[in-house]
Amino acid sequence: MASTGLGERATAPPDAGRPRPSRAERVERIARIAAPLAIGCLALALWQAVVSIYAIPHYILPGPGLVLRSLIDDWGTLFPSLLVTLQITFMALGVATIGGVALAILFTTSRWIELSLFPFAVILQVTPIISIAPLILIYVDNVYLALLICAWIVAFFPILSNTTLGLNSADHNLIDLFQLYGASRWQMLWHLRLPSAMPYFLGGLRIAGGLSLIGAIVAEFAAGTAGTGSGLAYRILEAGYRLNIPRMFAAVILISLTGIIIFLAFSLLSHLVLRRWHESAVRRER
Amino acid sequence: MTDTLAASDAALAARAGTPLVRMQKVDKIYPNGVQALRRFDLAVGEHEFVSLLGPSGCGKSTALRLIAGLGPVSAGRIVWHEAGRAARPRDDIGFVFQEPTLMPWATVWNNVWLPLRLEGVGKAAAAPRVAAALAMVGLNGTERAYPRELSGGMKMRVSIARALVTEPRVLLMDEPFAALDEITRFRLNDDLLRLWQAHSWTVLFVTHSVYESVYLSNRIVVMAASPGPAVGEIRIDVPYPRGETFRTSQPYNEYCRAVSARLHDAMGG
Repeated sequence: MASTGLGERATAPPDAGRPRPSRAERVERIARIAAPLAIGCLALALWQAVVSIYAIPHYILPGPGLVLRSLIDDWGTLFPSLLVTLQITFMALGVATIGGVALAILFTTSRWIELSLFPFAVILQVTPIISIAPLILIYVDNVYLALLICAWIVAFFPILSNTTLGLNSADHNLIDLFQLYGASRWQMLWHLRLPSAMPYFLGGLRIAGGLSLIGAIVAEFAAGTAGTGSGLAYRILEAGYRLNIPRMFAAVILISLTGIIIFLAFSLLSHLVLRRWHESAVRRER
Repeated sequence: MTDTLAASDAALAARAGTPLVRMQKVDKIYPNGVQALRRFDLAVGEHEFVSLLGPSGCGKSTALRLIAGLGPVSAGRIVWHEAGRAARPRDDIGFVFQEPTLMPWATVWNNVWLPLRLEGVGKAAAAPRVAAALAMVGLNGTERAYPRELSGGMKMRVSIARALVTEPRVLLMDEPFAALDEITRFRLNDDLLRLWQAHSWTVLFVTHSVYESVYLSNRIVVMAASPGPAVGEIRIDVPYPRGETFRTSQPYNEYCRAVSARLHDAMGG
């Protein structure tokens, strides 16, 4: 065997000895957390100051301290509601993920299926969920199922459209290569199209995660007090009727925290899956 | 180095014999109406190193892809002669694209494993062959690296290793080194020649570089700018191994001049 490979020797993968971050990098890393934190604290202080100075009654605008106390005191009612909302959110997201990916795969197998079905997916997406939710609640007896359907409708589309785009974005030369080696459709899908679609799918999942929470909340609002719902949106409505403004704020805070955690969780997932190979997750060396 | 000499002798002997693959009056018209090839003939003998040389858009890549079986011919035919019988030895073809065309999500090892994996060869069974292919292109030690962690030249080596892992007898290369810097290109040229001599492959090499084609090939087929039959064929009767001394020799310059002149004609004067 001829020995080749003069020069150009392989080096160890580059993350073996990452250099220490420079001073500017460290400052930026701290600022990334500290700056928004400072703005947030400032806003809270301003809020508290306005409430105290103008002696605004808590049934109009409670201060942040009171909201926090309400969050702690009402934890017994709010937490079970949070669980209900989370359950709907993740069930809907799960079904949307499985359905969206399955349909996207179906689309790539047949242009005809894509042409005939895609417009309906678009219609579902562009029609505001708040306008469909009451109808769904009328026709679906089981309120839980109706909520699930609403959340699913909004979460479904980003997964479908992103995954479809991803599956079709496989490198054409690689497709040729697979054909050259006689790859079956299944091998082409498993070894080429699905990995190519992964960054797109993860982007869709991140959007869908937030949307399914919004879908769940909107549907709960539409179901309102008529339903047996006991999610966070129901708590907000209920607290509103009782003029329990601090609890409304507490519920809103819980909802946005949930949204933030969902977003961060999927960002982390995306980073972990893509960090070795995709440009979006790779740190640029400058 | 004794097997190298044997390979050269075999190459010389085979050149006179039946071609391994022959394109006969091949037309290729793409679905969008673009005609890439018109009445194109080409014959490549066993163990030959043939370069297809021509200006951009002359159809040289198309010819290569048709030989690889990527897409149908519009007219004419492609005939393979394998030990007397006509067959398309799919398993015997290694294809190298202009870009490395690696799967970015897979390690070097998994990229090279791919052709075997598609044939159903498992990881354990493929291991010695993958290792051998990586050793041939001098990439031992990079098995676990991802393509983006490699330089352009190293990516190209991975791509070549992947083409070699099935132990093909025909190597089809589509401007494989066009995007590389000169130093890397020279080094890969030398490595390719060494491997070709050692393994007695048949190589069909598409390039737009006169110098590269003269340095590498037994024979250069010059294609016309507009689709049509090849406008010229030049034999480079210089024995292998060719090295840096050939690259700076008088015959090399003369060959380059002759090929350039032919290419100039091909582009319509």
